[in-house]
Amino acid sequence: MSSRISIAGIGAVSAAGWGVQALCEAVDSERNIERSALTRESLGVTVSTPVLRVPETGANVPKFARLRRASAISKYAAAAVVEAVPADRMAASQAGGFRIGVITTLMNGCVNYSNRFYGEVLNDPSIASPILFPETVFNAPSSHLSAMLGSTSPNDTLIGDGAEFFTGLELAAEWIERGDVDGCVVVGNEELDWLCAEALRFYSRDYVPSEGAAALYLEAGANGPQLLDVPDPQTFSGSLARIDAALRLRHLLALKDESQALLVDGRCGVVKHDHPEDLAWRDWTGLRCSPRRIIGESLGASAALQCVLAVESIRSGRSTHAIVTSVGGNEQAAGAVFGH
Amino acid sequence: MAYRADSPSNSGPIAVAITGAGIVTSMGRDFSENAAGFRAGRTAFRAIDLFDTSRQRVGTGGQCDLPTSSPDPRLSAKTWGRMDRGTRMAWMAAREAMAMAGLSGGLMPMMIGTSAAAMPLGEDYFKQAVATPHHRSGQFLRVETYQPQQQMAGMAESLGIQGPLRIISNACASGANAIGHAFHLVRSGKAERVLAGGYDALCQLVFAGFDTLQALSPSGIPRPFDAARDGLALGEGAGFVVVESLASAKARGARVIAEILAYGAATDIHHLTQPHPAGDAALKTMVAACEMAGLSPTEIDYINSHGTGTPLNDVAEGQAIQRWAGDDVSKIKVSSTKSAIGHLLGGAGSVESVICLMALEGQWLPASLNVRELDPVCTFDLIREPREARVRTVLTNSFGFGGANATLIFQKEGTR
Repeated sequence: MSSRISIAGIGAVSAAGWGVQALCEAVDSERNIERSALTRESLGVTVSTPVLRVPETGANVPKFARLRRASAISKYAAAAVVEAVPADRMAASQAGGFRIGVITTLMNGCVNYSNRFYGEVLNDPSIASPILFPETVFNAPSSHLSAMLGSTSPNDTLIGDGAEFFTGLELAAEWIERGDVDGCVVVGNEELDWLCAEALRFYSRDYVPSEGAAALYLEAGANGPQLLDVPDPQTFSGSLARIDAALRLRHLLALKDESQALLVDGRCGVVKHDHPEDLAWRDWTGLRCSPRRIIGESLGASAALQCVLAVESIRSGRSTHAIVTSVGGNEQAAGAVFGH
Repeated sequence: MAYRADSPSNSGPIAVAITGAGIVTSMGRDFSENAAGFRAGRTAFRAIDLFDTSRQRVGTGGQCDLPTSSPDPRLSAKTWGRMDRGTRMAWMAAREAMAMAGLSGGLMPMMIGTSAAAMPLGEDYFKQAVATPHHRSGQFLRVETYQPQQQMAGMAESLGIQGPLRIISNACASGANAIGHAFHLVRSGKAERVLAGGYDALCQLVFAGFDTLQALSPSGIPRPFDAARDGLALGEGAGFVVVESLASAKARGARVIAEILAYGAATDIHHLTQPHPAGDAALKTMVAACEMAGLSPTEIDYINSHGTGTPLNDVAEGQAIQRWAGDDVSKIKVSSTKSAIGHLLGGAGSVESVICLMALEGQWLPASLNVRELDPVCTFDLIREPREARVRTVLTNSFGFGGANATLIFQKEGTR
C-alpha cells in the first residue's frame, strides 16, 4: 500500500509582503526589496544592521484574542496558516469535527520577547513582566496556532538549523499516514531583532537577515500538488562535512527526468553558505531559482518559503516537479520533492 | 524518518523495548545514585549559585553537581569546554544509556527534547552585546554553541552515533515527546533503534520567568498535591533511553528493561500557561495511551504524575485522573517525583520516564514528599513515602506551557 499526501494549501509572509502572491511576484521578477536597518544604541554606541523586514503595509494578522499580545513571529505564522488552511477545514476544526495537527519549525524563535524579558530581568527581576515570559518559549507560536484552529490534536515544535522544515513535512506525513490527524499544517517561522540579526552576521557580513513565515497544509489525497519524497536529512557536524552532506542529498533527490523540473535551492548569495549547493547541483539542467537571494535569510522560515514557491509552481502548471533543498549551517542538508 | 509516496507504508505495530537508560539530576549522576535517592525518599535541593538570585523571591532549586572536567577520555577538554551545561548533562545520561544497552555508537536517529537548550550561552551573548557592543571577542562561539542542534550534532558525533537528529521543544513535555517520537519510529519499523531523551539546565531567564509568574514555591519546598502547596521548584538534569525493537534487542542478546506500550499526545488550548481546569487534554492523552496499550486504568500499577506543585496544575491533573479512572480511582497509585528534584522542564518527561524504569526494576514506588495535608482532589492513592510494590505497568504524564500534553506507558517484559 502506498500513501498519497497532497498539499491542499499554502501561505506565506515574507519581506516581499503578506501572502503567497507577493512572494511569487517578488521572486519571479527578482525584485530588489528595499532594506532597512535595525539600529540599537548601547552605552553611547550605535550598532546598525541591514535587514529585510516584513512590511507593515498590507499586514493581515488574523483577529484572534491570543495574538493581541503575541510576538511578531506568532502573527506571521497565524497569517500564513489562515492563508494555507482551506476555509471549510478551518471551520470544521474550530467546530471540533476535524483534526488538524500543527508542526512548527524554527531556529531562533521568539527572540523579541526573550530579549525584552531578559533585559528586564537584568535590570530588576522583581519588576520583570510576567506577560512577556510565556511568549519567550519556543512553542508559543504553535500553541497560538492550535488555539486559533480550535484543535486539540498533536502539536510539535521542532528546532534545528535552516533545513529543519523538511523534518516537519516528514513528521506531518507520519501523522497523516498513521491516522493521528485528518490534516496537518507545517509552518516555518522566524522574527527579527538586533540580537539575531547581529548574530547571523558573525558568520558573514554578506548575510541579509530577514524574517517571515510559510505554511503548507497537508492532507491524505491525490488531488493537486503532492509531497513525493522527503529523504532522511543528511546530518553533519563541522563545516567541512556540509559539502559531503549536500552531495549525498543531491543523490537522494535525483529525478528520472530533471529537464522539466524546478529546483528551488537554498543559496542566498553568501559564498561559503552557497558553496555546497553550488557543487552538489552543478549538473542541474532544469529551471532553478534561489529565493533567499531576493527575500533574505530568514533562518527557520527560509526553507518553508522555498517550499511554498515550489508548490505554487506546480499548482500554476509552470513545472511538473519541484525539488527544494537547503544546506543548514550546523546540522543537516535536507530537501523534498513535490509533483503531481 | 524518510517519506516516499511510492513506497509501501511501514508494517506494524512492532513491539518496542527499552534496553538502556541514563539519568543525571540533583539526586545523582547516574541510574544507581538516583535510584537509591528516590528509593530512600530523599530530596535534592540547594542554594543556586549558577547565577544571581539575590533579587528573586526564591534562591533554591535542584541544581546538579557536575564534573568540572571531561568525565570521559573520549571527550576532549576542548569539546567538554564548548558544551553548554545542559548538553553536558545530556551527554552523561546518553552515554550511560548507550553503555547500559551495550552499544558503542552506530546508525540510529536521535530524538531530543529540550525547552531552554543552551540558554546560559545566549544570556552571556546578550550581556556582552549590551555591555560592550563593539567587543566581538568570543561572541561568534557563543552564537554557534547556543544553538541546540549544533550541540546535539556534536554530542552524536562524540558518542559515535550517525543518523537524523530531531529536537522537539514543547516546553515541559519535550522529553516525553522525544521518547514518544522514538516509540513511533520503532513501532512502525521506520527505525530499528533510537536514542531518545530530554535535558535542560537551570538558567537565569527561565528561573526569573517562573518567579515573575509566581509559580515558584517561596519556601523552596514543592509539595505536589498538598492542599496548601504554593508552587514548584526548578531543577535541572537529563534522562535518556535506548529505544529499540524487541526483536532487535533479543537478537543481539540485550537486556530488556521494559517495553514501551503506548504514547498519547494532545494539545490543551485553554490558555498559554494554564491547564484546562478539568484536565481535558490530560484525560485525552491518558485515554489514548491506554487504548493503544489495550489497558484499563486498574491495570496501571503506578502513575508518575506531572505534579508540579502549582495550585492549578495539580488540581487539573487530579481531575483528569479521577475522570480517567472513574469508580476505580481509589485504587490508582500516584506520586510526583518533582517533590524530590524539582521541575526539569524539557528534561522532566524523560527523567521521570527513567524513574518509572527504576520502579519497574526495583519493584518499589517513589513518593510525593513533604505533603502535609492532602488536597481534596486526591481521591487516588497518593504515595507519600516510598514503598515496596508489585510494579508491572506504569504511566507517566507530562504537560507543558503552550498546552503540549503527553502520556507514556511502560511495562515489564513478559507481563502479558
